[in-house]
Amino acid sequence: MLLKSVFSGFGGQGVLMMGYALAVAGMEEDKHVTYLPAYGAEVRGGTANCTVVVSDEEIASPIASSPEFVVAMNYPSMAKYQNMVKSGGIMFLNSDLITETLPRDDVKVVLVPANTLAHEMGNDRVLNMIMLGAMVRVTGIVSEESLSQAIETVLEGKKRSLVEINQKALAKGAEYIAAHN
Amino acid sequence: MSETKEKKKDKKLMRGSHVLGEAAIRAGCRAYFGYPITPQNELPEYMAEQFAQMPDAVFLQAESELASINMVMGASIAGARVMTSSSSPGISLKQEGISYIAGMELPAVIVNMMRGGPGLGNIAPAQGDYFQATKGGGHGDYRLIVLAPAYGQEIADMTRQAFDLADKYRNPVMILGDGMLGQMMEPVVFPDPIDPAQLPAKPWTLTGCKGRPSRIIRSLWLDVNREEELNWRLVRKYEAITAEVVDQEMYLAEDAELIIVAYGTAARIAKGGVQRARAMGIKVGLFRPKTLWPYPSEPLARLADQVDEIIVFEMSTGQMVEDVRLAVEGRCRVSFYGRPGGVVATPEEISRVISSTHHRAHPKKVAGGRASGGSRLTVVG
Repeated sequence: MLLKSVFSGFGGQGVLMMGYALAVAGMEEDKHVTYLPAYGAEVRGGTANCTVVVSDEEIASPIASSPEFVVAMNYPSMAKYQNMVKSGGIMFLNSDLITETLPRDDVKVVLVPANTLAHEMGNDRVLNMIMLGAMVRVTGIVSEESLSQAIETVLEGKKRSLVEINQKALAKGAEYIAAHN
Repeated sequence: MSETKEKKKDKKLMRGSHVLGEAAIRAGCRAYFGYPITPQNELPEYMAEQFAQMPDAVFLQAESELASINMVMGASIAGARVMTSSSSPGISLKQEGISYIAGMELPAVIVNMMRGGPGLGNIAPAQGDYFQATKGGGHGDYRLIVLAPAYGQEIADMTRQAFDLADKYRNPVMILGDGMLGQMMEPVVFPDPIDPAQLPAKPWTLTGCKGRPSRIIRSLWLDVNREEELNWRLVRKYEAITAEVVDQEMYLAEDAELIIVAYGTAARIAKGGVQRARAMGIKVGLFRPKTLWPYPSEPLARLADQVDEIIVFEMSTGQMVEDVRLAVEGRCRVSFYGRPGGVVATPEEISRVISSTHHRAHPKKVAGGRASGGSRLTVVG
């Protein structure tokens, strides 16, 4: 098994943390992982993306030319990656910011209203973990336990309440999938 | 992090620049001098943060690259395990000091996380500094030992090795990476830390000559005969290094009819390309030099006897390809594929290069019974 995921959105949506959390969870399951953030002269509100590869065997290239999964948190991200997703792959779209339909019928689309769900939780910033929880529920790249555990590492040294709300957000995303797909 | 947790989680997911910093500290590095430049700022950031908590360590952001390399020289003369890091344009500025350090036979570790060039270029990963790293770089007849990691774990291991080699041969060692290796995170297990006090004594350092004869370390030799002898002494050292240090990875090379040669990030991409081409039934392997100087010429020459063609892939317009041609000495065809300027090729792209090279050398079996020849008929299968 070798699964490549791309996370993309605008700066501030927590896109890099999504990928980092997935990579940590994969490592804690003793899988091979690579986490490659796109870096550049980035500005707040600009685009942000990262590529995560999780594999049972050594990972040759950390670059994904045709990822199995793409998470797009805004429309420019969808536009950028819609042609790259592997045929038979899945695109996760933040339906609060994306109203366009995907012009492909060989890629499954999962819609998650991440902003709305985060707002319901009383913390607009956890939209990323809601989306990640949904994504892992659908794909099973790592177990949901490992993912929740990974938050402890990702937010190490941060307030306990912050760890907990992010873990709850993961669960909320997973529950949304269970209820709607 | 508490000690028990540290033991439980000996595998860490860290970006390459931080891995390099942690490995340097564990190798006994207690002095770092540098000047900021993207895409390697995470390394000085890490050194600053860690050294702030270590009373025996010195971190200094100098006023310039030139100042920082000369601080490296001074710390090395005093016996410290010392490191500096930069990216392409900054490394150019350090060349004067690097030449002096090589001429004075001082150990030092210099990190170059290459970016697109020439000039100020850009901040994307590239491999345009191969010539500069492996052929001397500054003025005069000298060589650096050049290590080219391709994996997070290798960054950790090679950083330890870099400090050891620098001390062993009294020679500057360059770790040649690129922006992508510096930014990418992979799980890493670090070697146990070294206590700098336990390192072998350096009987040449300038520590004050009270109670012993004075020592002089210099790079000015107005007597040409003594300068000539220094040059030949360096050559003898370089010959010993060449005999002892070369290292390479060979991947699926045993039955290969075609070999792709690449180092660092390019080798990771090439490996992905090899896997795709293998899935198409093409017998292709990867040869990855882990030392760029000394270059693993002999193992590559042996491979050249076995294969039809060698493809060299670099994120440049073709620099290492010259060393490949020197190593191969006409034993097989050598072709080149390059993506300079910060463009990162994909494994798919490399597999197409491999595939087209393969098909030029191996005519497809075609309908109508002609295995080779001019007419291109419908391809079977």
